[in-house]
Amino acid sequence: MNEVFVYDHVRTPRGKGRPDGALHEIPAVQLVTQQLQALQRRNALDTALLDDVALGVAQAVAEQGGVLPRAAVLAAGYAQSVAAIQLNRFCASGLDAVNFIAANVRAGMAGAGIGAGVESMSRVPFGSDAGAWTSDPRIAFHNHFAPQGIGADIIATIDGITRRDVDEYAAESQRRAGQAWAEGRFARSIVAVTDLIGEVVLDRDEAMRPGTSADDLAALKPAFAPLAKAGYERIAQEIYPQIEALQNVHTGGNSSGIVDGAAAMLLGDAAFGEKAGLKPRARIVSWATVGSEPTIMLTAPETVAMKALAKAGMAVADIDLFELNEAFASMVLRFMNRLGIAHDRINVNGGSIAMGHPLGATGVMILGTALDELERSGKSTAMALLCAANGLGSATIIERV
Amino acid sequence: MTMQHMRLDIGQDGIAILTLDQQGAAANVISDAWMAEFATVLDQLGAAEGCRGVVIVSAKSTFLAGADLAMLDAAFPTMTLASGFALSQQISKLLRRLELLGKPAAAVIEGAALGGGYELTLACHRRFLLDDAKAVVGLPEVQLGLLPGAGGTQRLGRMLGSRKAGELLLSGRSVRPAEALELGLVDELFAAGQGVEAAKAWIASGPDATKPWDRKGFAMPESRGLAIPEVAVGFSMATAAVAGKAGFNMPAPVAILSCLFEGLQLPFDRALAIESKYFARLLVDPVARNLIRTTFLGRNAALKGARRPADVPRRDVKTLGVVGAGLMGCGIASAAAQAGIAVVLVDRDQATAEAGKARVGTGLEKLVTKGRLKAEQAETILSRVSPTADFTALAPCELVIEAVFEDAAIKAETLHKVEAVIAADAIYATNTSTLPITGIAGQSARPDQVIGLHFFSPVELMELVEVVMGRQTSPVTLAAGLDFLRQIRKLPIVVNDGRGFYTSRVVQRYIIEGAAMLAEGVEPARIENAGRSAGYPVGPLALLDEVAIDLAIRIVDQAIAQEGDAYEVPPGVEILRRMKELGRLGRKTSAGFYEYDAPGGKRLWPGLAAEFPAAAEQPDSATLKERYLYAQALESARCVEDGIIEHAIDADLGSIFGIGYPAWTGGALGYIDTVGVKAFVARADDFAARFGPRFTPPASLREKAAA
Repeated sequence: MNEVFVYDHVRTPRGKGRPDGALHEIPAVQLVTQQLQALQRRNALDTALLDDVALGVAQAVAEQGGVLPRAAVLAAGYAQSVAAIQLNRFCASGLDAVNFIAANVRAGMAGAGIGAGVESMSRVPFGSDAGAWTSDPRIAFHNHFAPQGIGADIIATIDGITRRDVDEYAAESQRRAGQAWAEGRFARSIVAVTDLIGEVVLDRDEAMRPGTSADDLAALKPAFAPLAKAGYERIAQEIYPQIEALQNVHTGGNSSGIVDGAAAMLLGDAAFGEKAGLKPRARIVSWATVGSEPTIMLTAPETVAMKALAKAGMAVADIDLFELNEAFASMVLRFMNRLGIAHDRINVNGGSIAMGHPLGATGVMILGTALDELERSGKSTAMALLCAANGLGSATIIERV
Repeated sequence: MTMQHMRLDIGQDGIAILTLDQQGAAANVISDAWMAEFATVLDQLGAAEGCRGVVIVSAKSTFLAGADLAMLDAAFPTMTLASGFALSQQISKLLRRLELLGKPAAAVIEGAALGGGYELTLACHRRFLLDDAKAVVGLPEVQLGLLPGAGGTQRLGRMLGSRKAGELLLSGRSVRPAEALELGLVDELFAAGQGVEAAKAWIASGPDATKPWDRKGFAMPESRGLAIPEVAVGFSMATAAVAGKAGFNMPAPVAILSCLFEGLQLPFDRALAIESKYFARLLVDPVARNLIRTTFLGRNAALKGARRPADVPRRDVKTLGVVGAGLMGCGIASAAAQAGIAVVLVDRDQATAEAGKARVGTGLEKLVTKGRLKAEQAETILSRVSPTADFTALAPCELVIEAVFEDAAIKAETLHKVEAVIAADAIYATNTSTLPITGIAGQSARPDQVIGLHFFSPVELMELVEVVMGRQTSPVTLAAGLDFLRQIRKLPIVVNDGRGFYTSRVVQRYIIEGAAMLAEGVEPARIENAGRSAGYPVGPLALLDEVAIDLAIRIVDQAIAQEGDAYEVPPGVEILRRMKELGRLGRKTSAGFYEYDAPGGKRLWPGLAAEFPAAAEQPDSATLKERYLYAQALESARCVEDGIIEHAIDADLGSIFGIGYPAWTGGALGYIDTVGVKAFVARADDFAARFGPRFTPPASLREKAAA
């Protein structure tokens, strides 16, 4: 088995996923192309050494469809021999793209590749890639489908997580993200996005509100109360009969933000590093993926974390740093409670609640953030993990070398 | 072929009139013979060269009823997916032939066109509807656990779009003319007698005889399925609404949504086949069978007097006496007055009787506000009620219903006072829900003329009346009671005398089971959610609050006093006694298992957790649901064994329409058949071992299982 190393990673700043967001005029393929070009440029990379570019996209339709990474490979001026593949495991897509490249390198079937992810949520809006699981009545009915926000509120209800708890978590995410930016902790990986005339359109995460307090957040309306009343509360009670009434604690302020963004990570075996003249920054220790109960949808991190740890022969205590995507505050709090992880060991530079969650890209971003933080703090091991729609989840463990 | 169901006349003007007129029947019904004749008609229309189009009318007061449900019921035992599909395709393809005849077809609807009848009109190219409140259209199949299997989901879906069509198909409601026109369910309204002329004029104008979906390029957003986000969201939310409203016990609503979702993406004939396949899946599902057998065929038969002794002449009540102007008495008085019956409303003094009449008036005013009655109608109805404190005013009554306080002494006194003044052949009925009829009749000089008429509260909403036969009640008295209920359009079941009769006895099993679970340490929300998930309208603890906890205790104590050791004291009764100690008696004290003034409205009382601590391990919901269904089914089987129930349908109707037993089961005895008596007995024995002897199946059931 070949050891898989991380040689570098880059990400865009995240733009507000709306028509007035800075990245709205930039097509998804350009977001990816610029990241690929940056990786090539900063590493003086001979792209002919790469076997494959795997790209995670959660809504692989319209301009994000058609194996977008192949178009990006060609647009970026990479060697035509570099293959491309598009992967979708909803919100975990980006991390699974990294894991896909890692698997091929580990198996010796590839020497190097790029695991990447993208989502332009302003250009391909949420819901563009509706599937049977949400919208074919026969499937949605029998699977007890409920939207993610309902799942987040189910977690809060059955685990006794209060509105104050989630708002305080969210305010802390904002504070940490603000501090991380203020101290330049993301500086190494951020690649500003430029427009058609080469001007920078965004060089900083756009959706953050660093001064936000829990009191400010308390004023926001519960986002999913109308959905609960439209039938989803009853569906939730069918699976979680201990719920008398769903506690609708999640709002736009304590849920992940809708943003545009892309990220890319350069992976390869040791021989690739030598050929390319690059020094590995970390090794991929293990990875895992699971399915879990789909109505609550967001609790896979507990099981996928344990599965990845078991594959690595490690325990929770062996991980210095966790990066768990902040889809909603309740699912992070539950994860911390269930695995006994103190807040100072997880999402130390904020997360998607503050900076936004560009679905397919987030997995690559948080794995990269974990690596940067290990280097900054001099720590050794990290796990990045995400819950994904319909009860899925993925995790990756890295170790600095 | 001799035509028995319809006749075709092609006029000099080349316009054919197809008159639906089933011989020897009050209504036109779709049967095998009907379909054969309709096929012949289509052949004739196709072959008739000069024929320019066809107008379809009915000679009956209704246009055309749907499929013959009794025939369908008879076919259920041998129904397979393949035969169900073939059945649906047979009628669907016939209607499709009409649609593709190449000649314009017009439906002239002068009475109700519901279900299969309305589907026939949907296959026509234009629909004309009489502008009269009785002429309604709609597709009520969902109420029978079915879907319209002759193109109804596909044509309505393409005409109205999935959202509006879904609303009509999922509610199954009948639509009156003005709304039908506005929604596009029909194309034109006409005044009485002018429908055929209007239809002929339309045909004479040489209209296009193709449907939009048979023209090139037909498309609607739903055609592209989930490629259109709005369509995807629409179906997602519609699915949630179905689950939220109907729960997960009913297969028909979601099948209807699937017909729209899948069918609207397909070419029309393939879409019809999809509809037929979903139809077939419902036909082999026991739920449709149960709903048709109990809530349609069984209910209709009961309404038509299935339990009425046939050889007794019909006797209508012209003047009804009601003694006791409380909630129940006034409800009964109002129902009778609305049916055109004069009512003498008696209470202890004039003021109380007058207050009772005022209460009837308030109820009628609500109906006026809702548009169900006109103000002058309400006035006429109210004028039929004569309040008095004078028992002699009851002299002209053919029937007197006593609705006084549930106390044997008061009941006896009332009976004596009434019998002193009424005619020798008048019937005396008591609305008691708990006291044995035979005991009350024992006070009577003519006990054969005493009967129980147990109405349910609120009388205006509850269709069921439990007719209780005392030991000496005569067939003539029974017939008179049933004739009266038919006058006021109530649904009767007939049961024999015994403590709690049928419904009060069986409803107890639900609330007792809920209390038992609480005693076992099951979390209250699980207890309540399991009830609703099984299909009960409310959870058992909520029902206990409505019944009042002290009343529930009194019933148990009475049983202990009467039966002694033979009575198995319900395991949850200590819970009830503790609640009484706490002064939490239910809704009447604004505090029971629920609190009623919480910020979010009615909520389970948080103090329950401390009073009745939850067990560390909680049972799965499926077991809790079965415990309710089994407890009440077993009690029903015991009622059969005890002779309280003579006909299974009385238990099935009584449990569904009286005490909220889930309709999908077909009723409390129907549930045993749905599970299968062998499997039922085995499961009941398992429950008896785990939860107590109350689940032990009665001997008769065990014998049936062994057979």
